[in-house]
Amino acid sequence: MAEQNTTGSTTAGSIEVGTAGAGAQLAGPGTGRTAVQQPIDARVAVKPSFDVNDFPVPHGREEDWRFTPLHRLGGLHDGTAAAAERGEDKVEFALPDGVTAETVGRDDARLGKAGTPVDRVAAQAFSAFEQALVVTVPKDAVLTEPVKIDVRAEGGVRFAHVVIDVKPFAEAVVVLNHVGTGTRAANVELLVGDGAKLTFVSVQDWERDAVHVAQHNALVGRDASFKSVVVTFGGDLVRLHPRVNYAGPGGEAELFGLYFADAGQHLEHRLIIDHDTPHCRSNVAYKGALQGQDAHAVWVGDVLIRAAALGTDTYELNRNLVLTDGARVDSIPNLEIETGEIVGAGHASATGRFDDEQLFYLMARGIPADEARRLVVRGFFAELLQQIGVAEVQEQLMEKIDAELEAAV
Amino acid sequence: MATLEIRDLHVSVEAENGPREILKGVDLTVKQGETHAIMGPNGSGKSTLAYSLAGHPKYTVTGGSVLLDGEDVLEMSVDERAKAGVFLAMQYPVEVPGVSVSNFLRTAATAVRGEAPKLRLWVKEVKEAMAALQMDPAFAERNVNEGFSGGEKKRHEILQLELLKPKIAILDETDSGLDVDALRIVSEGINRVRSTGEVGTLLVTHYTRILRYIKPDYVHVFAGGRIVESGGAELADKLENEGYEAYVKGGASE
Repeated sequence: MAEQNTTGSTTAGSIEVGTAGAGAQLAGPGTGRTAVQQPIDARVAVKPSFDVNDFPVPHGREEDWRFTPLHRLGGLHDGTAAAAERGEDKVEFALPDGVTAETVGRDDARLGKAGTPVDRVAAQAFSAFEQALVVTVPKDAVLTEPVKIDVRAEGGVRFAHVVIDVKPFAEAVVVLNHVGTGTRAANVELLVGDGAKLTFVSVQDWERDAVHVAQHNALVGRDASFKSVVVTFGGDLVRLHPRVNYAGPGGEAELFGLYFADAGQHLEHRLIIDHDTPHCRSNVAYKGALQGQDAHAVWVGDVLIRAAALGTDTYELNRNLVLTDGARVDSIPNLEIETGEIVGAGHASATGRFDDEQLFYLMARGIPADEARRLVVRGFFAELLQQIGVAEVQEQLMEKIDAELEAAV
Repeated sequence: MATLEIRDLHVSVEAENGPREILKGVDLTVKQGETHAIMGPNGSGKSTLAYSLAGHPKYTVTGGSVLLDGEDVLEMSVDERAKAGVFLAMQYPVEVPGVSVSNFLRTAATAVRGEAPKLRLWVKEVKEAMAALQMDPAFAERNVNEGFSGGEKKRHEILQLELLKPKIAILDETDSGLDVDALRIVSEGINRVRSTGEVGTLLVTHYTRILRYIKPDYVHVFAGGRIVESGGAELADKLENEGYEAYVKGGASE
């Protein structure tokens, strides 16, 4: 059900406050699940753990691995990468006044607070990293410039661990930019203190042959705001797993994503928002464009509203624009609701294509084919980009999109 | 003076059981300043003529020639035809999600004129053209044809006609689906463009209704993939009274 979105397919669903049956798990057309499908937490076969040995090696038929071409993971899933030679990362920082970046050992008490690895690769990364990076934004600090962490991977295998700790009432934008190539697995912890505001931008601008798997754990404090912006252009296989948990009521999480898959690329984004705390909000919008043979995008958006999460307000959306034949999209929104006492919950997924009639219409007005395609893709992403709220980042991303189109059209 | 010359044009489409010929030798000359009405029953091929001239990939030209001021139109890509001065107002304009009308118009004007219009003059030009077509300024911020009513789509087509100032305007059933008010507004727009004397107009229509607002210099009856009769405006009156019956029979007997 809605497992493979053919072009032109659309699914949508919503549930209103206190609707009869709202306590039941949604099933049927448009919910991305059948009645017999397991609930979200049961579908994750193994309990979260920091220890790689607690997870069996995936064989590819598991619910959370079935879209991922395991043979292209560079051995991250079966221990061979861990045994291989380590590569180097060149990391550069731009740290506004007051912000610190420390390299710490595995035993640092600040690690592992925002969440626990949920699959074997994330646990592998946690089990194998040598040093972690801890970036701290002090209490009450309101940054006017973004924190920048530029990572250039220089081949080989590397496991990373990053903690972004934004103390209470601080406000920060953090941009984690990935370039270069290699096989990389990481956990990123995002601690958003009470009343704090964090915009976290992760850009995957890898070279074509990179492999990158990462879990992002956000722990959103009481009355805190967290915005995640995930932008994936490069790599051979990128699989990201942004997760949100709430540490107190009144928290807000917005998760935006933008991806552009070219021929042969596998770009996978799996989100989980776990509403287990009352009066929290979440909003998800991911948009992707695909072009070329065997370009493959996977989007899985799981939202769980537990019985305790009264007053939850959540919406998730995924849109895909298929520019050429031969591309494939799997888009699966899942909404699981254990209480009817909520403000709202909905989801939508649609996959459309840039078709010959649109192209003809634009060309009949004098617009050349490549410019027409650019116009449509820019328009498709523009609305999402505007929601990032960081002008510098928005401009850079628009330039990247133009470059992607320039290169491939 | 710009002249479009269509000579013995044959056009086919790909059908289930091989190519099917739809245009079977069309001859027509349209000069700047002239208005030609192409009238015919459904399925006579008049829309195929319109789309073939604009270069729609669905149609394959199998014979004949189309020249604009001596230049071979059939050798041009779709956008090159538009830049050369051929404009097609479509019967069913296509939705382009994510692209605003204002962005689309400016991109098109830049392409057709060969340089970006000066911003301040451009804003004024668009505003005046929209006002003349009784279009709300908020319209410019909507996505191209997305959620437009039938009347809005046709006004948007004529807005483009006014802004892009082609040498040859092909209006494919611009009158279909319009109520009387919208038909009048759209017709006035077309007449404003015609009154410049700089455009040759090919008005493709099934009904004579629009000809009460737009007086053609020539009327051509289209049937069976070719022009079967040509005359002045009085031919439209004859069609109004007698319909296409006589021509359809003729077409069927070929």
